[in-house]
Amino acid sequence: MVDVTPHGADFIPAAEVAEVELYHPHSWWTRYVFSQDAKVIAIQYAGTALSIGLVALVLSWLMRLKLGFPDTFASISPDMYYQFMTMHGMIMVIYLLTALFLGGFGNYLIPLMVGARDMVFPYVNMLSYWIYLLAVLVLVGSFFAPGGPTGAGWTLYPPQAITSGTPGGQDWGIILMLVSLILFIIGFTMGGLNYVVTVLQGRTRGMTLMRLPLTVWGIFTATVMALLAFPALFVACVMMLFDRAIGSSFFMPAIVEMGANPLPHDGGSPIMFQHLFWFFGHPEVYIVALPAFGIVSDLISTHARKNIFGYRMMVWAIVSIGALSFVVWAHHMYVSGMHPYFGFFFATTTLIIAIPTAIKVYNWVLTLWRGDIHLTIPMLFALSFIVTFVNGGLTGLFLGNVVVDVPLSDTMFVVAHFHMVMGVAPIMVVFGAIYHWYPKITGRMLNEAMGRFHFWVTFIGTYLIFFPMHYVGLVGVPRRYPELGDTAFVPPSVHTLNAFITVAALVVGFAQMVFLFNLLWSIRHGRPAGDNPWRATTLEWQTAGTPPPHGNFGKELPVVYRWAYDYSVPGAPEDFIAQNDPRPLTQGGPA
Amino acid sequence: MIVILILLVAVTGVVGWWLSRQRLMSKPWLEAGPVTAFPQTEASLMHPAKIGLGVFLAVVGALFALMISAYVMRMDYADWQAAPAPKLLWLNTAMLVLASLALQGAVSAAHKARLDNLRLALLAGALASVAFLAGQLLAWRDFAAEGYFATENPAASFFYLLTAMHGLHIIGGLVALGRVNVRAWQGARSGSLVLSTELCAIYWHILLAVWLVLFCVLMGWADNVIDICRGLLT
Repeated sequence: MVDVTPHGADFIPAAEVAEVELYHPHSWWTRYVFSQDAKVIAIQYAGTALSIGLVALVLSWLMRLKLGFPDTFASISPDMYYQFMTMHGMIMVIYLLTALFLGGFGNYLIPLMVGARDMVFPYVNMLSYWIYLLAVLVLVGSFFAPGGPTGAGWTLYPPQAITSGTPGGQDWGIILMLVSLILFIIGFTMGGLNYVVTVLQGRTRGMTLMRLPLTVWGIFTATVMALLAFPALFVACVMMLFDRAIGSSFFMPAIVEMGANPLPHDGGSPIMFQHLFWFFGHPEVYIVALPAFGIVSDLISTHARKNIFGYRMMVWAIVSIGALSFVVWAHHMYVSGMHPYFGFFFATTTLIIAIPTAIKVYNWVLTLWRGDIHLTIPMLFALSFIVTFVNGGLTGLFLGNVVVDVPLSDTMFVVAHFHMVMGVAPIMVVFGAIYHWYPKITGRMLNEAMGRFHFWVTFIGTYLIFFPMHYVGLVGVPRRYPELGDTAFVPPSVHTLNAFITVAALVVGFAQMVFLFNLLWSIRHGRPAGDNPWRATTLEWQTAGTPPPHGNFGKELPVVYRWAYDYSVPGAPEDFIAQNDPRPLTQGGPA
Repeated sequence: MIVILILLVAVTGVVGWWLSRQRLMSKPWLEAGPVTAFPQTEASLMHPAKIGLGVFLAVVGALFALMISAYVMRMDYADWQAAPAPKLLWLNTAMLVLASLALQGAVSAAHKARLDNLRLALLAGALASVAFLAGQLLAWRDFAAEGYFATENPAASFFYLLTAMHGLHIIGGLVALGRVNVRAWQGARSGSLVLSTELCAIYWHILLAVWLVLFCVLMGWADNVIDICRGLLT
């Protein structure tokens, strides 16, 4: 061990109580509703995201019922199916995963993990949540608007998104969708500025960048990416709103609608929308994945009681994935047609991203190697994430190649691929993280039996849903079709599989109800957790109380003496050494 | 998408330079102790609000770079018909330059504690910005009078979109600048007033730079640059 204490620092002065002026709530309203405390904002974000996610979950059941039993559910019309599909995708990707990882976990964990009392701009942080809530309400409002929500697909491709054949295209649906997205981006930008500047400026003494837990690295990098990528969606939304509302022609070519009705547009370029959308859309995959990568690293290290393998490499991989993900967007547009050299370029960059990603997977596995693995519920979810992410990532290698992608692109294979890699894998981390940090947030443990039931049904169930879906796609079943009918190339076994997948989806859905019940039940009835139930090293477990009080750390901010992964250090009295443990190290650990 | 990629290269450059100074090669598992000299942290000594504004301006830069990217992409199509930009834009540009200069004057007045000059400069900056906005509205009227409505052709649509987005950012800035003005006229010089003045000046300088780029693109001067870039790529 190298002692890096500067010479002459033989005493450590008390941290000033407030370098950033602390906001103090004065009433019930400012404490729990219009609160500027990042922890309250985090819970508000998470609660809203989980609620709207529940809507998206129900929509997926309705879609599966139509796909699995088209005759029984003939009342679900194709238009309704498209609306369910669009809203399910949009909600899950943006309003649930992005908001939950960055707004929820980001707000809760960044100040606690870097040793700050709060975000640097608490008022802007509060505004961020309320604008997010407004965006969600506008989105929900579109369900009740005349014509219902938009059914343009979550990619909202023009020209079909604003023609009258698409549900909501000439009604309120698409307008409300675009307005909601614009609001979401404005709200996110406000939050994002906080996350970035707090990591840069809010760190406590001794907390160098290379001592940050990987969770913070993941959320930080994802936020930087989101800040640069969301403007692309913003521009696309504004331009499409112009097209729809005042009849300009950014994306709309001269087009005859329904075979007889020429539209006033002329000279717009739909491909331009695709470029803008995917310039946001691909980084978005990693905006969701990088926080998951970070969190899972911490879960694995803590629950395997072993330092993370290759910390430096993990940091570099996170940063390089973040940078690379900005130059791969056109791999979503192979079937839109492009110059072969461009296809070659984007296929190459896509495959190159597999390198840092694989480094991360190896490092997780090597962290587990000969670790003291505790199969707690967070650990089970973390392990299932690794497996699921590798599975989903491997089919990504197929789809990253132009020649393989073109025949598979419009089939259920793609649906299976991105649900494995971007749906199930991050959601596993969300669950693992909730089981891991719930004791800090509420002071009580989640119920173990319900948790294990939730894990096993979710883990096995999602494989029963999405593995067969790969086969359905490989035999050529197209995606986006509400029912297949009597199609010659679809064998009868596909119908049986579809019914099976639907049943599995309903069972998995039921397990999520158990989880939600557990969340509410354990607030009152859970086992008291104490300050540090997982015996973890990071600062959020060393707070003045549980749940952490306003200001997080009591009178004095912690001083950080070591990295976040001192588990099972030889010679140390316990199998973990907290980051703010000042005991000097000798060769074999604390003396 | 060339324009946004150029901006991203610049952002990556700044981030890379900053990261290279963050001891990314250190081996944290071999180190113990508080690392930094007390009482400072290893964080930059710049005020968080300035860093926050810097990050926000990077987002604004990305926004405009993406819109210009779309514009350039659309220009490439065979049916592109350029729309002549109104002459009034020259005057408006001069107004925005004046606003920027006035705010720079305000910053130096604030540093020298010349409260009278600070008040005048802040007011001048705000008035020049309002004049810029009024001029932009007149330019819209001239443009429409020549028959270029927002729906007329893509070049006209882009003209309205780009100027409107830039104008909205100026309006947002004016809200902040208005508050700084009120504070300057009410009270004495304080540390937070100096900071607010600096933040306004930075914001205006960057929006001026964005406007100059937009101006070049709208006047058609950037075409040669774009052709060269395209030639390099293909």
